[in-house]
Amino acid sequence: MQEPAARPIRFVHRGAIVEVTDAPTTKSVLYWLREDAHCVGTKEGCNEGDCGACMVIIGSRDKEAPGGLALRPVNSCLQFLSSLDGKALFTVEDLKRIHAEGAGETLHPAQRAMVSCHGSQCGFCTPGFTMSLAACYEEHVAANTRPTRQAIADALSGNLCRCTGYRPILDAGESMFDASSTHVTKTRSSTAGSSIAHIDRAASVALLDDLADDPPLHYRASESALASLDRSGDGGWVAAPRAIDALASLYEAHPDACLIAGATDAGLWVTKQFRPMPKQIRIDAIESLKAIEWKNDTLSIGAGASLEAAWSALVAMAPALHEMQLRFASLPLRLAGTMGGNVANGSPIGDSAPALLALDATLLLRRGTTQRRIALADFYVDYIKNRLAPGEFIQAIEVPRLASGTAVRGYKLSKRYDCDISAVCAGLAIRIEAGRVVHARFAFGGMAAIVKRATQAEAAVLDTQWNEETLQRAIDSIAHDFTPMSDLRASARYRQKVAGNLLRRLWFETRGVAPLATEEVAVWPQRAQMR
Amino acid sequence: MNREADPFLLKPAVERGSQSLTQAMGAAVAHESAELHVSGEAAYIDDLPEWNGTLHAALGLSPVAKGRLVAIDVDGLKRLPGVVVVLTASDIPGVNDCGAIRDDEPILAECEVRYLGQPMFVVLADDRDSARRIASRAMEFVTIESSTPILTALEAHARRRYVVPPMHLIRETRPGATRDAIASAPHRLEDTLSVGGQEQFYLEGQISYALPQERGAMRVLCSTQHPTEMQHAVAGALGVAAHDVQVECRRMGGGFGGKESQSAPFACIAAVAARVTGRPVKLRLDRDDDFMITGGRHGFDFHYEVGYDDDGRVLGVEIDMVSNAGHSADLSSPVMTRALCHFDNAYWLPEVAMHGYSARTDTRSNTAFRGFGGPQGAIAIEVILDSIARRLGCDPLAVRRANFYGIGDRLVTPYEQTIEDNIVAPLVDRLVTSSEYEKRREEIAVWNVKSPVLKRGIALTPVKFGISFNVAHYNQAGALVHVYTDGSVLVNHGGTEMGQGLHTKVAQVVAHVFGIDLARVRVTATDTHKVANTSATAASTGSDLNGKAAEDAALHIRARIAAMLAKAEGIDASALRFVDGRVVAPGFDRSFEEVIATAYSERVQLWSDGFYATPGLHWNRETMKGKPFFYFAYGAAVSEVVIDTLTGEHRVLRADLLHDVGRSLNPAIDIGQIEGGFVQGVGWLTSEELVWNPESGLLATHAPSTYKIPTANDCPAIFNVALYDTVNVADSIHRSKAVGEPPLLLAFSVFLAIRDAVAACGLVRTDPLLRAPATPEAVLDAIDAARS
Repeated sequence: MQEPAARPIRFVHRGAIVEVTDAPTTKSVLYWLREDAHCVGTKEGCNEGDCGACMVIIGSRDKEAPGGLALRPVNSCLQFLSSLDGKALFTVEDLKRIHAEGAGETLHPAQRAMVSCHGSQCGFCTPGFTMSLAACYEEHVAANTRPTRQAIADALSGNLCRCTGYRPILDAGESMFDASSTHVTKTRSSTAGSSIAHIDRAASVALLDDLADDPPLHYRASESALASLDRSGDGGWVAAPRAIDALASLYEAHPDACLIAGATDAGLWVTKQFRPMPKQIRIDAIESLKAIEWKNDTLSIGAGASLEAAWSALVAMAPALHEMQLRFASLPLRLAGTMGGNVANGSPIGDSAPALLALDATLLLRRGTTQRRIALADFYVDYIKNRLAPGEFIQAIEVPRLASGTAVRGYKLSKRYDCDISAVCAGLAIRIEAGRVVHARFAFGGMAAIVKRATQAEAAVLDTQWNEETLQRAIDSIAHDFTPMSDLRASARYRQKVAGNLLRRLWFETRGVAPLATEEVAVWPQRAQMR
Repeated sequence: MNREADPFLLKPAVERGSQSLTQAMGAAVAHESAELHVSGEAAYIDDLPEWNGTLHAALGLSPVAKGRLVAIDVDGLKRLPGVVVVLTASDIPGVNDCGAIRDDEPILAECEVRYLGQPMFVVLADDRDSARRIASRAMEFVTIESSTPILTALEAHARRRYVVPPMHLIRETRPGATRDAIASAPHRLEDTLSVGGQEQFYLEGQISYALPQERGAMRVLCSTQHPTEMQHAVAGALGVAAHDVQVECRRMGGGFGGKESQSAPFACIAAVAARVTGRPVKLRLDRDDDFMITGGRHGFDFHYEVGYDDDGRVLGVEIDMVSNAGHSADLSSPVMTRALCHFDNAYWLPEVAMHGYSARTDTRSNTAFRGFGGPQGAIAIEVILDSIARRLGCDPLAVRRANFYGIGDRLVTPYEQTIEDNIVAPLVDRLVTSSEYEKRREEIAVWNVKSPVLKRGIALTPVKFGISFNVAHYNQAGALVHVYTDGSVLVNHGGTEMGQGLHTKVAQVVAHVFGIDLARVRVTATDTHKVANTSATAASTGSDLNGKAAEDAALHIRARIAAMLAKAEGIDASALRFVDGRVVAPGFDRSFEEVIATAYSERVQLWSDGFYATPGLHWNRETMKGKPFFYFAYGAAVSEVVIDTLTGEHRVLRADLLHDVGRSLNPAIDIGQIEGGFVQGVGWLTSEELVWNPESGLLATHAPSTYKIPTANDCPAIFNVALYDTVNVADSIHRSKAVGEPPLLLAFSVFLAIRDAVAACGLVRTDPLLRAPATPEAVLDAIDAARS
């Protein structure tokens, strides 16, 4: 297959179009900012997407979004520069608008509130928090809404602060919407009060429209830039097709390429493991791959849909999964990552698969011009091994409509409530008719080398009365379904015991006599219930 | 120095009347860098423009925990493209040691490797990424004969492997009285407790940037709490004199004790590399390497025997404390000293025998971390009192109150310092009322009966924390204050800014002396070329020591100005007031700027040094007796939690904190320290778990993906924090009290509230075994034990 002509990565930064021609394909947005653009306000705290010190805001052209520009917070340490192609990059340096002619400096409302609420101590995490708060502010102001304190905390699940204990930051998140309660700290002119700084959408939209005519990205770093580097992988290329057919033919021609969607895991292969990545095919420019739609009785989640969008669709069908959505990584990671990527990656502690198995999901696979379907239950073979053929990719996740009366639950156990990796994660579905179990799906992550269903436990309850005796048989069967291991997250003993206890929680919630309400079984019922 | 407090300053800020908000002591002004923080303009070392020719260093780490380092294939490494230089221990021109107290800590491994992650060699490259990629291949280029490591403190203790000799702090009415008191007590309790360590997780990782200077000198920009110690360590590594090394730090992105001694290897390596290459060298650790190389809070294992009466009064207690020191001494000895000196917490212990063992394991070396052993010592007595209450079937608060230090008597600590201002009882009384402890405790008991799956728990714990370095001579500080001819003021002092607001408080102190607006005072980077022989910014003493030193310097200048005006204008110098940007006396009123201009013309020295040494401290290291602390800071907290008995998960529902900071220099900053310390302590005792591979010794939790510090949702939804209105009995800076460390201990209330909830799962008088951190697994284990 003939390679298209290479072109630079082009994006909007600080009111101008930037062209990148000589950076390695794996260079992160963070390092580009700090090393090449000399914008050092954005910090590196962990280089793995967990601390949020590197938070930036990415603007994408979106006619539905306010001002035609969708804004989302992104961990810049995980993103390769190619993720910016055709987009606008905003950093903490963009928040404070410097007025012309010495008219004074105006802080963004998020910045002002952080100062007046004493939201910074050492200050190192502060630019990241400020960017997350600014993204939250811009979203709500455009929609003329105000988030609850809880919603602000949820929006900050991807930011770590070690100094403050968070109370003043949450205060800042609330008070930034309240113009009267914050103070303009430097007022050198009468205009400062009237022009509250915000992200200038119109200017960015105009520049983004200039980029819209660019052909699909095909980037290769210049030879001279690579000469001095010992990075066998970085002499390669990155392509970002804009149609599924183009993706299919490109990947078929290059089955050894790495597919990149949100890079929330692939980013770590570079930053922490130094894996070579000579060929990258990005799928994030394919709009049709992001579609989430009902086709007859099937919910089709495009493999390019963000985790946030995909979970929202699942929660619309099964509201009790809301807590799983909130606890899946952090908001910026859910906005960047895809459910397709999470499923394809196939980690035994990936949190999509248990819920999807409980919902009897099927995968639509594509290779070249060929499509096929495979039940998710048959997809995983062994630890991080699946049934994808070379050059084959997941095009969509298909979830059948839920039969009425089916109770679905997602239970996640981890040391920390937010943004942690599961010790055990359960996706459970059960339907009881006239006291008998007519349908049961008990899927668990963290219990084996792959996420899988507890088939013996399911068999133990199917076609029997849903009572304590049946429950005990199911719990006993867990020991036959799984032989979990001990690791840093939990011991095998805990996993074994708690998997059974989660079935007990399900029973408490669904038993015929005196079922327990969510607030009687969850330490955080406010989050377990759909708001 | 050490002068009596100005009576004027003893009045509350509101009574001081005429001063505007930003001048008044006690004003809740924002952190001096707040606007820089939020706009990304506050520069940390990695943000500074790089000098031309800068090389970047990365470290090759040991892949095994213990063994003989047979060879490093330096030639092989040098052949890799991108490598500029490779350095090993033999390239160090001076001494290959950076131990804080004992010379037992090689900068780079030599002959033996002592923990998995120990730096063995340094790769220098033109860019950081290349250096990291090459250094990550360490395993391919080293030959190590590995042997079996000892990874747990208890195993090391069983083999008598210690980094310093065991310590004994015993206070008895006669030899053997403790054993007798325990043996003859109406009730006896013997148990063990395990409390895990903690990673500092400063957001800015360790970094040093070394810049070669003329005639063999070296300038090191270093994220450190202890520039003077870095100066000495670098001088030792380079084999030069202290005056050849300049160490500078404007601010750290967090320290928490982790940058007190353990910034040293990186400062030394950057300096050695800069010396060898003659080029600037920057060493910034990747987060995972930071976790692997540097230590954290010492995990402790306790074994105790207690004798107590029917009211829960402790009659005698003997305790073994075994800390996990890691491979070297570092600060383990003073950490253990502080643990032993805080086992009493707020309680009178009539007969007490404490034994401290700092166990040497083949792991990273543990070090200072906010509280410095104090939290570990104090949590043991809190768990003991909780157990006593549960075995007696009474409210743990009643047992705590029965054991409080007294008023008038029962006031001598085990180390024989007399407590002068015991305010624990009234402070606790006020908190009991404001938090509605009694009512809520009853409501929880009723609620628990009706709740089959979830159980709630509540606990109140007090804190008494000794302020000063246990080693008397560390309690000194210096400062330098310049008043320029335009009336603007520059302050430099020996303390470092890590987010705690030290520079803000010191600027407030100096602005107050001159009666000028805070905006007229700038505090500059800590710099060993400006103030010499400084102590670490540690032990919560930053504002106490440096505030006093800066005040001393400013008062010198003010006195000279007053003398000049007395002579020139015939004014009574004692009648002069410096207030609201003006200098006033009966019949005299000029702006500060005018007076400064006049003083300059009159050839008055408008800059001064200042010095402070905390008075009255003494400590006998052999007997472990003396007066180690200038005063005590107090506090108490009530926390309520809910636990899930099916999974062991928990959530903090409410926390009420009441804390004593004396007369606050800055309530906003003090409350920030209290809340931040509390949440950090909650992390230590709940979600933050360090896990080592039991065979290899690999720290499995070496990044934020696996090591979980609290997030925004872990901040209690109901969080009431108040300052206890009091004045320090000691003549501290403006009668304030230190606040950095003591509030961390308020988090005990969460741990014991979880214990309370677990106890509700068992029968009456269940005394559950709960280890820290109280992860879901630890809580579920405790529930199982309580039910069996």
